[in-house]
Amino acid sequence: MGIIEAAKLIFEYAKYSEEGNIESVVRAIDGIDLDIEPGQFIAILGHNGSGKSTLAKQMNAILTPTDGTLYVDGKDTRREENIWPIRQTAGMVFQNPDNQIIGTVVEEDVGFGPENMGVPTEEIWERVEKSLKSVGMWEYRKNSPNKLSGGQKQRVAIAGVVAMRPKCIVLDEPTAMLDPNGRREVISTAQELNKKEGVTVILITHYMDEVIDADKVFVMDKGKIVMQGTPREIFAQVEKLKQYRLDVPQVTLLSYELRQAGVNLPECVLTVEELLEELEKIRQQEGEDHGNQN
Amino acid sequence: MIRDITIGQYYPADSVIHRLDPRVKLVATIVYIISLFMFKSWSGYVLATLALLAVIRISKVPLRFMMKGLKSILVLLMITVIFNLFLTPGEPLIQIWKLTITKEGLSTAIFMFFRLIYLIMGSSVLTLTTTPNNLTDGLEKGLSPLKKLHVPVHEIAMMMSIALRFIPILLEETDKIMKAQMARGADFESGGLIQKTKSLIPLLVPLFISAFRRANDLAMAMEARGYRGGEGRTMMKPLIYKRRDKIAYGVMVAYLLVMFGVTRLI
Repeated sequence: MGIIEAAKLIFEYAKYSEEGNIESVVRAIDGIDLDIEPGQFIAILGHNGSGKSTLAKQMNAILTPTDGTLYVDGKDTRREENIWPIRQTAGMVFQNPDNQIIGTVVEEDVGFGPENMGVPTEEIWERVEKSLKSVGMWEYRKNSPNKLSGGQKQRVAIAGVVAMRPKCIVLDEPTAMLDPNGRREVISTAQELNKKEGVTVILITHYMDEVIDADKVFVMDKGKIVMQGTPREIFAQVEKLKQYRLDVPQVTLLSYELRQAGVNLPECVLTVEELLEELEKIRQQEGEDHGNQN
Repeated sequence: MIRDITIGQYYPADSVIHRLDPRVKLVATIVYIISLFMFKSWSGYVLATLALLAVIRISKVPLRFMMKGLKSILVLLMITVIFNLFLTPGEPLIQIWKLTITKEGLSTAIFMFFRLIYLIMGSSVLTLTTTPNNLTDGLEKGLSPLKKLHVPVHEIAMMMSIALRFIPILLEETDKIMKAQMARGADFESGGLIQKTKSLIPLLVPLFISAFRRANDLAMAMEARGYRGGEGRTMMKPLIYKRRDKIAYGVMVAYLLVMFGVTRLI
C-alpha cells in the first residue's frame, strides 16, 4: 500500500470580491489520482499556478479535499482526529526559510516539533542531535538562525521535520529562494535522507536539474497530472514539456537540439558525463569509418 | 550588519548568576527593588550598595555595561534631583536667588538619586545575565499559576519569543524597503516633523503587508509541525530548581531580614 494515495482528489477555493461576495470558484486541483510508494524519491513539477503547492498542502492536511479522498499512511485527511497523526507522518518544509524557523537558537527550533508532540525531554535532545547531524548542521546548534545562510536555514528546517520522525517529507519549493550553492546543499540533504534513512521524499519544484535523480516524476498543469514516469521518460518528451511551460535540463536540451540536427544521440541524455560519453563514442565510430575508407 | 543586533543586552559569561533559574532572578530583582523603597536610613543604602556590588562582582559582567543603562535615564535623574532639591520644604540650607535648598531637600535628592540608579542597575543585572528566551521561559513558568484564572500565559510567552526572533528580520526588511524607496526618489530626511511622518507611510505600508504575510507563513509552518497550543507540550529545556537556585532564594531571604533588622536598629 502506498504512503500517499489520492483518488479523484479535487480542491476548490473561492475568490471573493471586495464586497465579500463569491466572485468565482477556482479549481486548484482537478481530479488527481496518485499512489506513492514508501521509500521513493518523488518529484512534482509544474510552473506557477499549476496547483503543485496546493497538492503539497493537502498531504500535510493543512488543506483538505473538496471532493475525492487523500490517504496519508492509510489515514483519511478529511477526518478531524487524523490531522495531528498525519502532520507527524508527513513533515513539510516550505519555501521561505525565514518564515518557518520558530526558535531563536538552532537547536531549540529543531526541538519545536518534538515538543509539540509531547516527547519526553531526554528523547527530544537525542532526536535533535540525530537530526542535526543527519543534515550536517550539528556544529551550528548554538547559533542564531539569523546568522545562517539560506541553504543552512533550509537544512535546519529539514532537521526540524526529521526530528519528528516522519515517514515522508514534503518539500514545497525549498530552493526557490536560494542561490545555486544553497540549492545543491538542500537537494543533496534530501537525497541523503531518502537513501540513508529510507524516508519518502516528495520534492515540489520547478527546477529541472533537481529532479534528475528522482525515482518518479509527476508533471502538473492546471490542477491535473499530465505526465508521469522516470526522469528519463519525462525528459525525452521535450516538445510536450515546452507545451506545459517547463524547460528540460540544459544538457538534455543541447542533446535534443543536436539530435534534431542529425547527430546520432540516444533519446534522452540527463547528465554532462553521459553526453560526453555518447559524443566520444560517435567520434570513435567516425574515426573507424574514416579509417575504413582509406 | 543589522542581523548581528542582539536583542536585549545579554552579556555572555560563565557565572553562577548566569546559570541561575530565570525565575529566581526575576524574583530577586523584584525583591531588590522593593527593598530599595523599604527604608530611609543611611545604613540601608550601605547594605543595598554592598549587595549590588557583590552581585555584579559574581556575575562577571564589567561595571561599564551596567552603567550603559543609566544613560537613558540621565534626564529623568536630573529632573528628580532638581525638583527634590529645590521644592522640598524644611530648614533652609543655602539660598541662591529665589531658590532655596533645604536640608530635607538635599537628603531626599541624594536618596532618590541612588534609588533610581540602583533600580536601573539592579534590573540590568537581570537582563545582562539572562537570554531573552530564558527570560520568556521563566515568565511562562513563573506565571503559570495564572492559567487557572484563564490568563493565556503560554500564548503570551510564545508571542514574546516569536517577536524576539523576528525583530532582526523585520529590521533588515525595513532597511531594504527604505533603500528601495530611496532609489525611487523617496525622501526620509528633510522637512519638518509632519513632513517626515508623512514620508514614513510608503515605508510602513509595505512593512506591514510583509509582516502579515510572514505571520501567515509562520502560522502555517507551526501548524505543520504539530503546534496546537500549550496543552500536552513537553519542554526541551525544562526549568527545574537546582541546589544553587534554592541557595539563591535563601540569600534573598537573608538579605531581606538583615535589611529589616539594620534599618530598624541603626
